[in-house]
Amino acid sequence: MTVLLEVTNLRTEFSARAGLVRAVDGVSLQISRGECLGVVGESGSGKSVTFASIMGLVRPPGRVTQGTIFFDGCDLRGMSPEEMRAVRGRDIAMTMQDALTALNPALTVGEQLAEVLIAHDETLPTGRAARHNAIKDRCVEMLGLVGIPSPDSRLRQYPHEFSGGMRQRIMIAIALACRPKLLIADEPTTALDVTIQAQVLELISDIRAQMGMAVALITHDLGVVAEHCDRVMVMYAGQVVEEGPTDDVIGHPRHPYTRGLLASIPRPAMRGQPLTPIVGQVPNLMGLAPQCRFHSRCPLAQPSCLVEVPMLPVGPGRRARCLRLEETA
Amino acid sequence: MSLLQVTNLSKHYEGRLSLAQRLTGGRKSVVRAVNGVSLYVNKGEVLGLIGESGCGKSTLGRAILRLHEPTEGKVEFDGTDVTALSPSALKAIRRRMQIIFQDPYASLNPRRTVAEIVGLPLALHGIASGDEARAMTTQVLQRVGLQADQIDRYPHQFSGGQRQRIGIARALVSNPEFIVCDEPVSALDVSIQAQIIALLLELKQELGLTYLFISHDISVIGYLSDRVAVMYLGEIVETGPVASVLDNPRHPYTQSLLSAVPEIGAKRAKGRVRLQGDLPSPLNPPKGCKFHTRCPLAIPACQTLAPVTQTVGLDHFAACHRLEEGLSLLESAR
Ligand SMILES: Nc1ncnc2c1ncn2[C@@H]1O[C@H](COP(=O)(O)OP(=O)(O)O)[C@@H](O)[C@H]1O
Ligand SMILES: Nc1ncnc2c1ncn2[C@@H]1O[C@H](COP(=O)(O)OP(=O)(O)O)[C@@H](O)[C@H]1O
Ligand code: SF4
Ligand code: SF4
Ligand SMILES: [Mg+2]
Ligand SMILES: [Mg+2]
Repeated sequence: MTVLLEVTNLRTEFSARAGLVRAVDGVSLQISRGECLGVVGESGSGKSVTFASIMGLVRPPGRVTQGTIFFDGCDLRGMSPEEMRAVRGRDIAMTMQDALTALNPALTVGEQLAEVLIAHDETLPTGRAARHNAIKDRCVEMLGLVGIPSPDSRLRQYPHEFSGGMRQRIMIAIALACRPKLLIADEPTTALDVTIQAQVLELISDIRAQMGMAVALITHDLGVVAEHCDRVMVMYAGQVVEEGPTDDVIGHPRHPYTRGLLASIPRPAMRGQPLTPIVGQVPNLMGLAPQCRFHSRCPLAQPSCLVEVPMLPVGPGRRARCLRLEETA
Repeated sequence: MSLLQVTNLSKHYEGRLSLAQRLTGGRKSVVRAVNGVSLYVNKGEVLGLIGESGCGKSTLGRAILRLHEPTEGKVEFDGTDVTALSPSALKAIRRRMQIIFQDPYASLNPRRTVAEIVGLPLALHGIASGDEARAMTTQVLQRVGLQADQIDRYPHQFSGGQRQRIGIARALVSNPEFIVCDEPVSALDVSIQAQIIALLLELKQELGLTYLFISHDISVIGYLSDRVAVMYLGEIVETGPVASVLDNPRHPYTQSLLSAVPEIGAKRAKGRVRLQGDLPSPLNPPKGCKFHTRCPLAIPACQTLAPVTQTVGLDHFAACHRLEEGLSLLESAR
C-alpha cells in the first residue's frame, strides 16, 4: 500500500493570556491509500487540533509551528491558502463532531451540497441547463447514498429540519460529494444513539469500500475502533503514545495508558469484579516539563521516567512512548 | 418486599401550540413521555434503565421522585404512597430519595461554593446547621474524593469528573436510601467514568444504597446492574435479571440494541441487525406496538394491537406479539 498522508513531528500551539498551550507536540503519523486509521484519546488530548492542523484549519491564536505534512506527494504546509482551499473538499474532507454548528443553518441541504460540487467537481457539464440537472442529480444521489429517505424533496429542507443522526449523515454526504481520497471523521457518532451510530459507521465503511477512500476515524470509543479500523493511534496530552495494527494494540496493549484505558471500560463480563480506573486526571498542557506526560498517573512510573520519552519500536508496525516496555511485554 | 414499587406510571407533557395551529383550532399536542410504566426495585439492588435518548428515561426518574408531577399511576416507597403525599410529607421523604444528574455543571449553582451547594439539603431538611453542617459537608466531600481545602471553591474551578463528585456528595449528604442516577457518567471520559462508577459501587456497598441507574450505555448497565429494564418510546418493553436480558434478549428492540454495540475483542461475532430509521416522535407515536415502524419482525397485527407483557423466564418479562415463535434477530443476522 502506498502512503497517502505523511505527517512528521507536527507541533501546534495556542497562545493564551496565561501562557503557551502546546496542544499538539511532535505528532507523526501515516495513512495509506484506502486504509482506516483510528485515533483515540480522552478529550483534550489533541485529536481534533492534529487533524485541523493537517487541513490548514487552525486559526489564530493557534499556529502550526513545526513539522511537515505531505499529502499525495504534495507539501501541504508549503501551499498558499487558495491552493489549500482547493485541496479541502476535493482531496481531503473533514466532518465535524457537531453537525448542527458545522452546517450552515441559512442554506438548504441541497444548496450546501451543490456549493461543494460547483467548487470542486470538474466533471460537471458546462451547458447551463445540463449543468443544473447534473448537480441536482448528484445531490439526490449523495443523499440517497447516505440513507436519507425521499432525497428529492428533502434537498429543499434546512439542517434544523433533520434529526441528529440525519444531520451527521448529511455532513458525511457533503464531505463525500467530491469523492475525496481521505475522509477525516471527527467523532461522527459521539452525539448519536447506538442504533443510529451503527447506521452511520456502516455507511462510512460501505462507502470506503466502494470508493477506495482512506479514513481517519477520530473517536473515544475503543469498541468502534476495534470494529472499523485497520490501525489505531492512541493520543495522550498532545502526543501519540502508542500505535499499531488494531488487533495487536487492543489485544496486547504495551503503553501503560492504553492498558489503563482498556481496563477502565466496564463490560458485562466483568460484573462483580472491581474496575481498575486510571487514577488522577489529564495534565494541564501549559508549560509541561520535558518528561513522560503520563508519569503522574502511571502505575509503572519510576524516577528514571522523568526524561523526554521518544516513540520506540515494539514489534512489526508498532511503536510506543514508554521506557519500561519490558514490563508490559 | 421491594423498596420501590411503580405501578402504571404515566407522564404526559402538554405541548405548546403554534399560532397557526391555534388559528385552525388544532387540539393541544401531548408528549407521552412516559406511558403506563410498572417496575420495582428491591432494597440494595441496582435496576439499570436503558434506552435511546428521548425515550423517557429522565422523565420516569423525575416522575418517581415527583420532581415532575406524574399524570397518572402510583409510586410506593418503603410502603408509603409517594403520589398521595402532601407537600410537607413529600419534602420529608425526599430526604430518603435523591437524584444525581447527567450534566454536573448545569445542575450546580455557579454562584454558590461547593460547601454551600452540598450543605443546602442539610438546612432544607433541618438536619444540621452551622459548624455541625459544615463538618458533615466536609466529611461527605472527602468521602467522594475531594480535598478539604477545595470546599470553598466554586463549581467552575473543578473538572467534569470532580463536578460529578460534588453532585454525588449533594445527593448523599442527607443520608438517603434510594438514589436515581440519571446518566451520571455519560458526559465523562472513559478513565474518569470508571472512577465515578467505582465510587458509586463502593458507596452502595458501604451505605446499603439502592439505585435506579439510567444510562444509554449497555456496557455500563450490564456491568453494574442486578436487573435491567429496557425502554422504548415511553414504555418498558423488556425487563429481567441482567444475565437473562443480556444473554437471552427476547424483545426485538432489545436484540437490535445489543447487536448495535461495537465490541472490543469479539469482532462482529454476533452479526448485526440493521435497524431502519430514527426513533418516532412521542408527539405522534405509532399505534399498536410502538416499535413496529422499525421492527424487522413486524406483522400486520403489530400496527393495530399493542402487545401485552408476558413472562418469558424467571422474573423476565417482555411485550411482543411474536414471543411464542422464539424468533431471534440475532440468529438471523449471524
Ligand atoms: N481555540 C483554542 N484556543 C486555545 N486552546 C485550544 C483551542 N483549541 C484547542 N485548544 C487546546 O488544545 C487542546 C487539545 O484540544 P483538541 O484537539 O480539541 O482535543 P480532542 O479533540 O482530543 O478532545 C485542548 O486541551 C485545548 O487546551
Ligand atoms: N419539560 C418538558 N416539556 C415537554 N416535553 C418534554 C419535557 N421534558 C421532556 N420532554 C419530552 O419527553 C420525551 C422524553 O424525554 P426524556 O425523559 O428527557 O428522555 P431521555 O431521558 O430518555 O432522553 C422527549 O420527547 C422530550 O422531548
Ligand atoms: S515512561 Fe515511565 S511513567 Fe511513562 S508510561 Fe512508561 S513507565 Fe509510565
Ligand atoms: S409486537 Fe410486532 S412490531 Fe412489536 S416488537 Fe413484537 S414483532 Fe416487533
Ligand atoms: Mg475533538
Ligand atoms: Mg435523559
